[in-house]
Amino acid sequence: MGLLSDPNRRRALISLLTRLNAPICALCYFAGVCWFMGLAFEPFTLRTYMSENAMGSTMVEERFPSGERALATGKEFAAHKKKVGGMPVDWLVKTMQARGLEVFTQSFSRTLPFPDENKERYMVKGTNVYGILRAPRAPRTEALVLSASCSPGDNNNQAVGLLLGLAHYFRSQVFWAKDIIFLVNEHDLIGMQAWLESYHHTNTTGMDWSPLQGRGGSIQAALSLELSSDVITSLDIILEGLNGQLPNLDLANLFYAFCQKIGVLCTIQGRLQRNDWDSVSGYSHAVQTMMLMVMKQASGRPWGDHGLFLRYHIEAATIKGINSFRQYKTDVTTVGRLLEGMFRKLNNLLERLHQSYFFYLMPSLSHFVSIGYYMPAFGLLAVILLLRALDLWVQLVSPPSSPGVLSVLTPLVISHLTGAALYILPTRFQEIAVEHFPVSETEAVVLTVIAVYTAGLALPHNTHRLLSGEGTEQGWRVLKLVAVLYLAVLLGCTALINFSLGFILALTLVPVAAFVTPHMPKTLSAVVLVILSPAFTLLFSVFFFQELEEMPVSFQDGWQLYLSVISQGILDHYLYGSLVYPLIALMVYPCWLLFWNILFWK
Amino acid sequence: MVISEEPTPGNEQHASVVDNPQTPAETVKQPTEERRWEATQVDETVPDDAAAIKPDLPVPDSVLTPTPPLKDEFQEELVVRPLHSGDIYASFQFRTVWETDFTRGMSHYRLFPKSLGQVISKFSVRELHISFTQGYWRTMQWGQPYLPSPPGAELWVWFQDTVTDVDATWKELTNVLSGIFCASLNFIDSTNTVQPSASFKPLGIANGTDHRFLRYATLPREIVCTENLTPWKKLLPVCSDSLCADLVYNRLFFPPSVNFSTAVSIPRLCTYGRCVRTGRAKPQWSLFKMFSRTLTEACPLASSSKIYIDVTDNPQDQFELSPATHLLSQAVVLGDRRTFSVYDLTQQVTFGTVRSLNVLIRWKSTEGDMLRPLLHAERYVAGYGLQTGEIHTLMYNNHPFRSFPVLLLDSVPWYLRLYVHTLTVTSKGKDNKPSYIHYQPSKDRMRPHLLEMLVQLPPHSVTEVTVQFERALLKWTEYTPDPNHGFYVGSSVVSALVPSTVAMNTNITKEQPLFSTFFPTKEESSYFIRAYTEPLLVNLPTPDFSMPYNVICLTCTVVAVGYGSLYNLLTRSFQVEEPNPGLAKRIANVIRKMRGVPPL
Repeated sequence: MGLLSDPNRRRALISLLTRLNAPICALCYFAGVCWFMGLAFEPFTLRTYMSENAMGSTMVEERFPSGERALATGKEFAAHKKKVGGMPVDWLVKTMQARGLEVFTQSFSRTLPFPDENKERYMVKGTNVYGILRAPRAPRTEALVLSASCSPGDNNNQAVGLLLGLAHYFRSQVFWAKDIIFLVNEHDLIGMQAWLESYHHTNTTGMDWSPLQGRGGSIQAALSLELSSDVITSLDIILEGLNGQLPNLDLANLFYAFCQKIGVLCTIQGRLQRNDWDSVSGYSHAVQTMMLMVMKQASGRPWGDHGLFLRYHIEAATIKGINSFRQYKTDVTTVGRLLEGMFRKLNNLLERLHQSYFFYLMPSLSHFVSIGYYMPAFGLLAVILLLRALDLWVQLVSPPSSPGVLSVLTPLVISHLTGAALYILPTRFQEIAVEHFPVSETEAVVLTVIAVYTAGLALPHNTHRLLSGEGTEQGWRVLKLVAVLYLAVLLGCTALINFSLGFILALTLVPVAAFVTPHMPKTLSAVVLVILSPAFTLLFSVFFFQELEEMPVSFQDGWQLYLSVISQGILDHYLYGSLVYPLIALMVYPCWLLFWNILFWK
Repeated sequence: MVISEEPTPGNEQHASVVDNPQTPAETVKQPTEERRWEATQVDETVPDDAAAIKPDLPVPDSVLTPTPPLKDEFQEELVVRPLHSGDIYASFQFRTVWETDFTRGMSHYRLFPKSLGQVISKFSVRELHISFTQGYWRTMQWGQPYLPSPPGAELWVWFQDTVTDVDATWKELTNVLSGIFCASLNFIDSTNTVQPSASFKPLGIANGTDHRFLRYATLPREIVCTENLTPWKKLLPVCSDSLCADLVYNRLFFPPSVNFSTAVSIPRLCTYGRCVRTGRAKPQWSLFKMFSRTLTEACPLASSSKIYIDVTDNPQDQFELSPATHLLSQAVVLGDRRTFSVYDLTQQVTFGTVRSLNVLIRWKSTEGDMLRPLLHAERYVAGYGLQTGEIHTLMYNNHPFRSFPVLLLDSVPWYLRLYVHTLTVTSKGKDNKPSYIHYQPSKDRMRPHLLEMLVQLPPHSVTEVTVQFERALLKWTEYTPDPNHGFYVGSSVVSALVPSTVAMNTNITKEQPLFSTFFPTKEESSYFIRAYTEPLLVNLPTPDFSMPYNVICLTCTVVAVGYGSLYNLLTRSFQVEEPNPGLAKRIANVIRKMRGVPPL
């Protein structure tokens, strides 16, 4: 600090920072990206290890014998499902009762803000069925949840069969210390949302549900099961939940440990682990796995039924059976044994899972990157904003002058109003849009979003009309200083909660924020600015994600996918309370508009 | 809504009704009126008076025993009740009656345990009720228990009105009891002790209701274990080979017993034990299967030693009992008329020719359908996040056409700060105004919240009581060793006068004498039950204790370096200082000064 209290040295430092500002910023950006890419390099990451003592050293035996019977139950379930044409509630109630559970049902209904074209639903009505296996000697204070959704078509029948088989088997065991809730939910996430809201008696999304009759106390952990074939080649674990929340790393460790013990192939992001980390292809494999996790987390949507549990501080993951063309097959009995083992370990928990990390990225199931390792990558990008702000500040201070507050406040207010319009208009005006244009409601919503977004680009003209005089040189500097600091705070907060989203936004917005001035060639800069805007970031992300999933799409399909991603994002917000859409519409987009405004400063 | 610290007169009236529902006339004839019937005989031909035997009363009755004063007596009995769910409910009761005045200080003890006798006389205890329970009683599956108790430990004591410092006596008493019962009762302190104004009334003869002399506490976290059994067993007179010894202790508490409870009540020392075992009851159940032994003799010290088997469902031929017994008795238990087969162990004929008794129940059908219990209560925490929450208490009245009043007692620890203005009571979607509310606010680290209210439950309804709370931040030494497990909130107590189920039975499908409809009066009456909800597990905001040292170090460093230097920069005024002149220049300046020439 002596460095700063000495005016001479301070002056020298500041002049160095202002003189070399651009190279330092470029260097930081480059270093940030390199740091991020290095995270997937195996020697730089940590091996996963079980932190929770209650799950680590204790021995459990897995003896689940009746996989065949579970499959038969699954077939029976499928037949009843087909007969009823939906959830076979009566059959499930009877079957669960026959297995000695306390069975309850819950009905719910929800009208979506606009039709969901991916899943073809608008007015949703359904029933959840759940059975509680009471722990012999516990006072109903703690519970574990095993859930499987009743999906349309031939999906997930085996999961329900296995769930019922496990219920039957668990019933005969005496060692349960926590109640186990077996839940079959209809309409996947909507049913899960209804059940969870009802269980905790909250209503965050305006859904109608009937109150639950039976409860098991505070839920400690939950597993959600997806299984659509009689034999599987590998088991995949899905961790990404609502708003990019992740379950405690110990849950993933538990899954990995049991897969190793029982000898089941396990994957994350559908990708097997490779041992050749020192080869180029091995490294790129790890990078792709990690990038998939980053993309999924950034999307902020729940990627499995477990995703909604995380809001209630319940550690949850989805386990998905994958049947590919590999030779090595695993039968349902083995999957049942794996689940039994996991439940027995979770049953041993004395406290909630809290020992291990909540913030991490996984380049493979056996390695993870903790928050301490990935945050510097973001920090290097964020420091660019601070350096630019310092530069602007110095420029503003040297000839002291004060531009009108109005010249800063007006663009700020107008851009936020545009953002508010982007948030409110699409769902409010869908009826009007449908009346006047030959489009469906969903299309109307998406097209309104795009229209409002594009209309926002005309903002500089509107601002100038409102402003009294000419914008001064000082004016845009002050505005940019405000905008840069605003972006720094915004991205910093986002990255703390959802690193992936913060990082992806920073990747595109930081260059814009750093180098935009009114003195650049307008057309070229405008094109660059638009390409680096949030909407195009999303478009690139869609293509990039398809590329990572090894399902590349043509531009036409990509565009359709892009439109549906927008509608899904809005639906996620209204149905489950995902915050990505309001964050983009109310904060990030207005912030970007400020930079757009600076480019067209007169 | 009236919130008062003192009970209103109207409530006193209610509470006195609650007190002791069975009249002495019902119970006084217990030992003598037993008759022998043929097992095939129609039960209802018995005169009503004789049918009033209560094999296992939830409360000790105020009976004038035929024995002269200062004489002690020991009785033991076991009630077995096959439940509709296929489980078996076994309830033991050992009763030592000693009509004496403990306050005078006794020296000679025969059947009554000395340890407890001394406690009673030293601490001037008028009544003491203590129970240890493992597991939650599943009312919806099993019906009402004979002796309800909350999970964990529960203790409530009425002191004599000669006690001057009740709190100090209570504290000492809990510590002594903690030693006697090998339990963590010493964790009872002022932060979890309350003085209910109406929910717990003395059950004995004296009927004073000054609740200053009452203390009530629960420890929902208490784990009941075999180490709690040995002291419990020591309270009984020594018996080696009877009901009380092996039968209870060898097998009562081991799997598949899913719910068990032990309890002690004073005066008229009653020690209770109950357990429910699942899974093994159907298709066949026997004493041997349950306790791994048969009975060969009664306790020689016991004046009465009986086994009662609830055979009320037998008329529908649900099960058969062997060996068949000729003794039948009837009783109205919890408002329902039950028939029991009785095995008197004091008579040699009971043990038959093989000199051992093994009661066996063989089920003929595996289905069973139970009447829903009339009163049922449950509770849960609503909301998410670690800042606020809401406690929901649900009380079900399953009676088709009668409403009845219940008294709800909630004792909530201070670290959940209740917002009493958010208290709502709704039934059938409408506001249900409690006729009496007694609320005592908590004091941080001193005493818990106490909320008692009298609510009328409409027929066939669910009444929901909700109150919001805020989770307090504890000091870091106040956290338990496992803070992420959560903190327990004890069960709410629902005390109620429930209309008798016998009166509810309007459809006369069962064959019964026509004249019995002339005498509906007695069983029309209400009976008293107490129901407990499940305890709650609430998470409080918990710091990360895994690295407190790192956190402290880091925080201190950040504060010292960051804040200190920033403060320094902001408050100090800087001046440009002339560079320090060299030594030669300074000497030159001194010389110049001496010469009177301005310095360099």
